[in-house]
Amino acid sequence: MRLTLRVWRQAGPDEDGRLVDYAVDDVSPDMSFLEMLDVLNERLVLDGEEPIAFDHDCREGICGMCGMMINGVAHGPERATTTCQLHMRHFSDGDVVVIEPWRARAFPVIRDLVVDRGAFDRIIEAGGYITAPTGSAPDAHAIPIPKPDADKAFEAAACIGCGACVAACPNGSGMLFTAAKATHLGLLPQGQPERHSRAVDMLATHDALDFGGCTNAGECAPACPKGIPLESIARLNRDVLRATVSGAHKPR
Amino acid sequence: MAVTGGAMFLFVIGHMAGNLKVLFGPEAFNEHPKWLRSIGEGLLGHGGFVWIARVGLLLSLVLHMTAAIQLARRARTARPARYQHRRPVQGSYAARTMRWGGVIIALFLVYHLMDLTAGWLNPVGDLENPYGNVTADFRHWYVSLTYAVAIVTLGFHIRHGVWSALQTLGASNGARQRVLRGVALGVAVAICAGFLAVPFSVLTGLVK
Amino acid sequence: MRYVEGAPIADTAAPGGPIETRWDRHRFGTRLVNPANKRKLTVIVVGTGLAGGAAAATLGELGYNVLSFCYQDSPRRAHSIAAQGGINAAKNYRNDGDSVHRLFYDTVKGGDFRSRESNVYRLAQISVEIIDQCVAQGVPFAREYGGLLDTRSFGGAQVSRTFYARGQTGQQLLLGAYQALARQVNAGRVKMHPRTEMLDLVVADGRARGIVARDLVTGEVTTHLADAVVLATGGYGNVFYLSTNAKGCNATAIWRAHRRGALLANPCYTQIHPTCIPVSGDHQSKLTLMSESLRNDGRVWVPVRAGDTRPANQIPESERDYYLERIYPSFGNLVPRDIASRAAKNVCDSGHGVGPGGLGVYLDFADAIRRLGKPAVEAKYGNLFEMYQRITGEDPYEVPMRIYPAVHYTMGGLWVDYDLQSTIPGLFVVGEANFSDHGANRLGASALMQGLADGYFVLPNTIGGYLADGPFDPVPADHPAVTEAETGVRDRVARLLAVNGDRTVDSFHRELGRLMWDHCGMERSEEGLRKALERIPELRQEFWERVRVPGDGEGLNQALEKAGRVADFFELAELMCVDALHRTESCGGHFRAESQTPDGEALRDDERFSYVAAWEYAGADEPPVLHREALDFEYVTPSQRSYK
Ligand SMILES: Cc1cc2nc3c(=O)[nH]c(=O)nc-3n(C[C@H](O)[C@H](O)[C@H](O)COP(=O)(O)OP(=O)(O)OC[C@H]3O[C@@H](n4cnc5c(N)ncnc54)[C@H](O)[C@@H]3O)c2cc1C
Ligand code: SF4
Ligand code: FES
Repeated sequence: MRLTLRVWRQAGPDEDGRLVDYAVDDVSPDMSFLEMLDVLNERLVLDGEEPIAFDHDCREGICGMCGMMINGVAHGPERATTTCQLHMRHFSDGDVVVIEPWRARAFPVIRDLVVDRGAFDRIIEAGGYITAPTGSAPDAHAIPIPKPDADKAFEAAACIGCGACVAACPNGSGMLFTAAKATHLGLLPQGQPERHSRAVDMLATHDALDFGGCTNAGECAPACPKGIPLESIARLNRDVLRATVSGAHKPR
Repeated sequence: MAVTGGAMFLFVIGHMAGNLKVLFGPEAFNEHPKWLRSIGEGLLGHGGFVWIARVGLLLSLVLHMTAAIQLARRARTARPARYQHRRPVQGSYAARTMRWGGVIIALFLVYHLMDLTAGWLNPVGDLENPYGNVTADFRHWYVSLTYAVAIVTLGFHIRHGVWSALQTLGASNGARQRVLRGVALGVAVAICAGFLAVPFSVLTGLVK
Repeated sequence: MRYVEGAPIADTAAPGGPIETRWDRHRFGTRLVNPANKRKLTVIVVGTGLAGGAAAATLGELGYNVLSFCYQDSPRRAHSIAAQGGINAAKNYRNDGDSVHRLFYDTVKGGDFRSRESNVYRLAQISVEIIDQCVAQGVPFAREYGGLLDTRSFGGAQVSRTFYARGQTGQQLLLGAYQALARQVNAGRVKMHPRTEMLDLVVADGRARGIVARDLVTGEVTTHLADAVVLATGGYGNVFYLSTNAKGCNATAIWRAHRRGALLANPCYTQIHPTCIPVSGDHQSKLTLMSESLRNDGRVWVPVRAGDTRPANQIPESERDYYLERIYPSFGNLVPRDIASRAAKNVCDSGHGVGPGGLGVYLDFADAIRRLGKPAVEAKYGNLFEMYQRITGEDPYEVPMRIYPAVHYTMGGLWVDYDLQSTIPGLFVVGEANFSDHGANRLGASALMQGLADGYFVLPNTIGGYLADGPFDPVPADHPAVTEAETGVRDRVARLLAVNGDRTVDSFHRELGRLMWDHCGMERSEEGLRKALERIPELRQEFWERVRVPGDGEGLNQALEKAGRVADFFELAELMCVDALHRTESCGGHFRAESQTPDGEALRDDERFSYVAAWEYAGADEPPVLHREALDFEYVTPSQRSYK
């Protein structure tokens, strides 16, 4: 296959960026999207140009490091698939593929397609955990957890923190990510004591970090490679509402 | 948003019910406002309920719009650089049109109040005879069209609004989600149908 | 031989006496740090995987000041996240005969009698606490309908002791550790430095006192100082270029520590995982593991006739060779990894392989689907099947999967004593980066166990014994050790950028990887290793003359990062080959063609090789020095492993 890639190039956080066209020949359908970029990058290096910077690590769809807008869709055309797991067999000869970084104030561009998602870490630091210092745990079987609850918690815990939800959201909101963590921990008995404070603190931090507000536009869930459901957001809202109404917890 | 939207949503339902009285002839329809004014008369005085409702609705509207503007502003701040290439709409169409839909509805509301509440823009403009005003309006196709457009926009707004409010208030969950979406759609369609019934009846001569 | 014989080495921290109480007694004998003093002590932890994340969080909880580093943009992305299958623990919730002693025994035996009994016993004891700890943190392990934890049998174990969270166990365990770490960041006990790569170790006045690191975003090279340094930087499987490791996994941290004096143990012990998706072309950038749990229900086979190119479903039952079931009737498809891998290599070498290049064997679920029904198979392996289909475009419910072995794990690493302290005082090493517990072969689901045991429970206890002597005198910023290390790092960056040659970093890495796979991979021979040892230094020289690293050192430069890592891989590769050449026996993941039983199984030589080979760096072009640590077996008698 022969493709034309239209890639966002930006030399640094404060530089202006623009889309640049690159023709790539000999794209094999068995290649992953990132392998195609590897091939292009090797050529660019030999041509004396700077290779395209993009984030990636595991290339197995689990670390959440990769991610780019491919033809206007976060992680590209395949549902429930990260960029690194997207294979070129989903493209056709002659396609023009536009590649852009995630765009959000909370995710400033570092270079080309690389953005800083540190804001997600801040949200988790604000309360996305269960306080259980090492050594303090009772036997693992002390509290049985109904399988449906455990499964649901797992479903939410599958979030890889890639940021596609923010990238896809017309409001630039990080609610799906925030809600996934609140849901994961809020569904487990171990997570109950901090359930409401966790929700309130994480949401307050989310809002303070320049993420947009959620209008339930529903663009995030289809973009999410791990299928985090929109209902998680309702769950988070419920916890926050309950905490607010009861006045039980004010954001720290 | 959810709370103020909810208040206005209740009003819209009441409004629609009132409108439908047009189908039962001029007396029934013209009685309706009188009845409204008489609600809680003993406690609130004549017309007291209507004024309370008006103040409540105005407040809801202002807060609703303020919140909407704030959200829109936040969204703009949250994404200072736009995408060069963006495939539109993966979620629902209704969700994507909330903002413009809201603006259209607001503009329509201004016209609507000047038309039928104040009577300034109405061909008849007799405040004692709403039935006459309404039927006079809808005999003009362009007035009916304006109303129809506004009502469909409102339908979209309500469809996403109802669902979104339930989501925001935390009522939605995995099992219920499908159902709630259906309910939102059903309610929106019913409201559209209820409101459109009036101009439709006038235009087709069912109501004279 | 290209090495020099050095003095033997011993683990002087190791306790004696009854094995069951060694860890207890050792902890009791370890000095404690006064709580008020902990605030005055700073510990650097490099790496935020299971080992590093757990260690940093726990040290923070204990009250130390912790500086934590990783090269990814968030600590949550460490390579541990990719582990699929599960984590072992001797809980014996199944009442199927498991016990601490059995896990200990299995691990020593699985490691082909090349690990330390004391360490392994401690690991088996702690395994139990790990599960408790993780559940308390909210790790959503798989559960049964009664609400209790589910387990499965895994990787050659005959008891069901592997806890799992679908195919994402590593992810869930790591998120647990990451959340604990985030809590300490919030509490101000841990300062996090993501996107920062350690490029050298600072050893001042005989103690590890800090690291030199490059901020990958700004390009700034800075020295960070502390009272002790913990390396938790993972394995070096990427020396082979193609491996199941994440692209960024590297040996730089441990190699730099090695160059500063830390001994490196058993570098040649590498694990080749039998069930990975085969290579699809030259563009291949990494290999994807298919969890070994698939072997619980999938059957491995190849066509009986060599060179048979018919599609799988047209090959009748009678013309299929279920070779693992044939050769190893009692373990069948569940033989340990090293055995399954080599068997696959053998059938492919003899022309029976399937798929492109004949480098693949079938892993067939047709029987399982017939026996259990598709929904049951889907419930168990659905996400793995999807992953396979995404990558290959083939549907494993319809056609058998194709699999081939790939480099997966490195048992070798920095030498540490029972306290997990290296030969440099104050330098501790945890997780896959050390060599400690798996001997010559790691059992499935034991790396997660070891990483968390080290990070949550061992290191936070043992490091206190060292820190009880602190706080140490502050190292001034202009200490010769600091300036020397910093200048060294800056010079090296400048040198890499200055070559400006005509080959890419990846082209060198691929060539090195190929060389290592061919000669220091699944089967090693004297001839091949000698060839590799000739070629590697040439290639390394060529690298420094012809590599092209575009851009500059100021700011994000991914080519530069890669170049530095590959440069270190060259040096490590050579040591791996030296180690493999010197060990003329076969054991675990190290199979020497010259040392096999008549029917082709690994033949150990306990007389001559029952020791840990700990290598000392002697200088750039000097032969390394070999220090042997003898291994004693009091509780498990070494025997020839047999899975027939
Ligand atoms: C695909 C796959 C599946 C696996 N499945 C299983 C399984 O089912 N069960 C099991 O028990 N084991 C499994 N393993 C093995 C296990 O995952 C690893 O051995 C283990 O997670 C290693 O953990 P770690 O903490 O030592 O290192 P890692 O998780 O590799 O973490 C290394 C850390 O060090 C940092 N780092 C590295 N170099 C530098 C540097 N120079 N400067 C700064 N930071 C640096 C990284 O950023 C990272 O944070 C699997 C491995 C793979 C590859
Ligand atoms: S919720 Fe989904 S899209 Fe958002 S960060 Fe998590 S995995 Fe990515
Ligand atoms: S590179 Fe890890 S998820 Fe894509």
